[in-house]
Amino acid sequence: MADLRTIFAGIKSPNPFWLASAPPTDKAYNVRRAFDAGWGGVVWKTLGEDPPVVNVSSRYGALNYNGNRLMGLNNIELISDRPLAVNLAEIKQVKRDYPDRAVIVSLMVPCVEESWKAILPLVEETGADGIELNFGCPHGMSERNMGAAVGQVPEYVEMVTRWCKQYTRMPVIVKLTPNITNIIMPALAAKRGGADAVSLINTVQSVIGVDLDLMAPMPVVGGKGTHGGYCGPAVKPIALRMIGDIARHPDLAGLPISGMGGIGSWRDAAEFLAMGASSLQVCTAAMHYGFRIVDDMIDGLSGWMDQKNYADIPSLSGQAIPRFVNWGELNLKFKTIADIDQDACIGCGLCHIACEDTSHQAISKSYINGKNVYEVIDEECVGCNLCAHVCPIDDCITMQPQPVEGELTWPEHPNNPNRVAA
Amino acid sequence: MEAAVMRIPDTICGRLSEGELASNFADAHPPLTHAQAVIEAERCFYCYDAPCVQACPTEINIPKFIKAIATNNMQGSARTILESNILGGACARVCPTEILCEQKCVHTLREAGQAIRIGALQRHATDWQMEHGGQPFTRAAATGKRIAVVGAGPAGLACAHRLAMHGHDIDLLDSHTLPGGLNEYGVAAYKLADDFAQKEVDFLMAIGGITFKGQRSLGRDFTVAQLRKDYDAVFLAVGLAGVRAMGVEDEQIEGVIDAVSFIETLRSQDKRNVAVGRKVVVIGGGNTAVDAAVQARRLGAEDVFLVYRRGHEQMSATSVEREWAQTNGVTVKLWASPVRIVSENGVLQGVEFARGTMGADGKTLYDPEDSFIIEADMVLKAVGQTFLPAPIEGETIAVSGGRILVDENYHTTMQGVFAGGDCTAGEDLTVAAVRDGRDAAEAIHRMLSQPSAR
Repeated sequence: MADLRTIFAGIKSPNPFWLASAPPTDKAYNVRRAFDAGWGGVVWKTLGEDPPVVNVSSRYGALNYNGNRLMGLNNIELISDRPLAVNLAEIKQVKRDYPDRAVIVSLMVPCVEESWKAILPLVEETGADGIELNFGCPHGMSERNMGAAVGQVPEYVEMVTRWCKQYTRMPVIVKLTPNITNIIMPALAAKRGGADAVSLINTVQSVIGVDLDLMAPMPVVGGKGTHGGYCGPAVKPIALRMIGDIARHPDLAGLPISGMGGIGSWRDAAEFLAMGASSLQVCTAAMHYGFRIVDDMIDGLSGWMDQKNYADIPSLSGQAIPRFVNWGELNLKFKTIADIDQDACIGCGLCHIACEDTSHQAISKSYINGKNVYEVIDEECVGCNLCAHVCPIDDCITMQPQPVEGELTWPEHPNNPNRVAA
Repeated sequence: MEAAVMRIPDTICGRLSEGELASNFADAHPPLTHAQAVIEAERCFYCYDAPCVQACPTEINIPKFIKAIATNNMQGSARTILESNILGGACARVCPTEILCEQKCVHTLREAGQAIRIGALQRHATDWQMEHGGQPFTRAAATGKRIAVVGAGPAGLACAHRLAMHGHDIDLLDSHTLPGGLNEYGVAAYKLADDFAQKEVDFLMAIGGITFKGQRSLGRDFTVAQLRKDYDAVFLAVGLAGVRAMGVEDEQIEGVIDAVSFIETLRSQDKRNVAVGRKVVVIGGGNTAVDAAVQARRLGAEDVFLVYRRGHEQMSATSVEREWAQTNGVTVKLWASPVRIVSENGVLQGVEFARGTMGADGKTLYDPEDSFIIEADMVLKAVGQTFLPAPIEGETIAVSGGRILVDENYHTTMQGVFAGGDCTAGEDLTVAAVRDGRDAAEAIHRMLSQPSAR
């Protein structure tokens, strides 16, 4: 059995699956249920200064796709709307009752040294394992110069991180916003400020949809809507890229990454770990199906790691990073060609029309013995994979790598006016 | 082998209560809810050059109308269906989709039995249109041309509607009181429940320019030559007015009835007033035989045998129809050919059948020595329908293979006279009749659009 125990920036948990700072971790009641279900840790929903914020009614919008619910979720809820003392008391009791689980407290107070200096000892007193600085919340709080408004300015990230390191002995995780052009800048700033780790991605600024009867963005609050934070399966590719960028950056080497953004299965989890994360945070999937989903995440990850001989999380973390390169390092001589398994083909024609209308006219159509037959024209196929992606039958269209002779990348390519001499 | 004691046929009305009859003749396959329809629509792969479309005689753009249901574009969905097939509502209910679109659905290649429920989705869209949208098509500017359409069944209705769209005026003549043809008088009641046939006719006629003239019979009240004189073109969609005989002794005695007329009676009357035997034998292997057998059961017959002279593979009723009969308590007996009607003193007692097998040469062999009798109070003959040429005798309309001969434009050998539907060669399906009517209308329109038209 693979060892799923995790030590992340000194914080121990029995498995890498934590619940992200969000509605599911707002109260002791939920967090206890999560721990009972098997979650390795939680990041308690963000605490702020009293008096607490006020949340609106109607808070989520959903992106459904072809019958599947919650491909994406958009949320306009702010940080915890409960008094600070209530949260602190509950955190203290929960940590006492579940000493083997990671309890991290998310924080967001104004960008003033005194505010941070004041709240940190209160959190430390609960016995929590660490803090996560919410520099990511892209809606509402950012209008009050907190959340993403801080995360988007590397100098602020560095400054606040430094204050936190100065006023607490707890590990400091800096949560980064994806609403930025280059994720490396705030990550470097966090590191300069002394961060023990980073976590990402927070939600993506979004308008999930428009109510065409009310003519207002959704969710509609009293006739009006506002932008929210986007999460769920749809944001996973954005998260993987940003995590990978940090993991492979030479100046950020060794900075632990808690990965999140659309993790809904053990396979997603394995991918985040492969791209450099060493702990994982989940939210939307739990909000969709309840805490029980962690069972299959643990079970599936563990089983797969056994199959692939990964003994523990550190041996898996970052395994894909050496092969995550810039485009210019890809071999232009590599070629792969689509192959259609005629026995598996059901004749839907989707490969043909996709290639014919939008790609390289490399799939022919003929009518033979009363049925449509689709065949790849090898000479025309550029190996783009589109046909394989639109085919509704698993493994009907496979990509067949062709023999490659040598390597030629763009920097050396004859067509490159700025090529480097061989 | 004679029955020991003479049977007094037990054929009466009202075997079942009004409530039981209402339930037995209600919609056999209730409609999908919108939520169910969307889930089903979302399963569709939206095939390109889809096999289901190739399998539809009217070539409805099935992926397009299903996609429109998934996006809740109900008006667009219905229009897509109806522009190819104005009787899309009836076809959704009566088409043997298991041998047409749904048989070719690519989902069945992935997993047998998992075809998209195209018929049910088509019903959902066309029901929506009839309920919310009304007639979606408008007429072109009036042409002043008049066309006589003879026969108000699916072919005639489809032809009339398409001609009306092109701005022509149509007189729709039919020997029955009501328009609809087999939809009104021939199909099993539970397939077109709640007076659907008339509702659909009303919906179709709402386009305007179509005048229905009932109880006008070709050959009795008018001739084709007369019509040709009074109208710019004529479309014949007279269907199959004749029924085949079994060619056995005592076939004419009381209690031996054509299944077609049994169904017509049942369709045109209050079910409480339709007589049915306690023991019924239906002879034949087509959809008419199944419709007669199941409806006999649903009228309250205790024992219903459907006897066919050959095997499953040769039956023209589909396997779905056969199973429908069986789940309705009809006993299906194969490889048995009627030898004679058993009667005593002119009173029906039953039917004697000879057992048969498939011979080595592929022909069926019956052994007259190996026979059995099934007792019956009522015998329903469903051994095939024929085109009756009498009404067109004396015209220059050629008949070939027992049906009116037409060219690729549905034109008969008489100038300006077209024909389609069951009275011409081809599959005897509602949906094929609709295609014939639609395409004949286009041909008529082309003819009438020529400068020297008439």
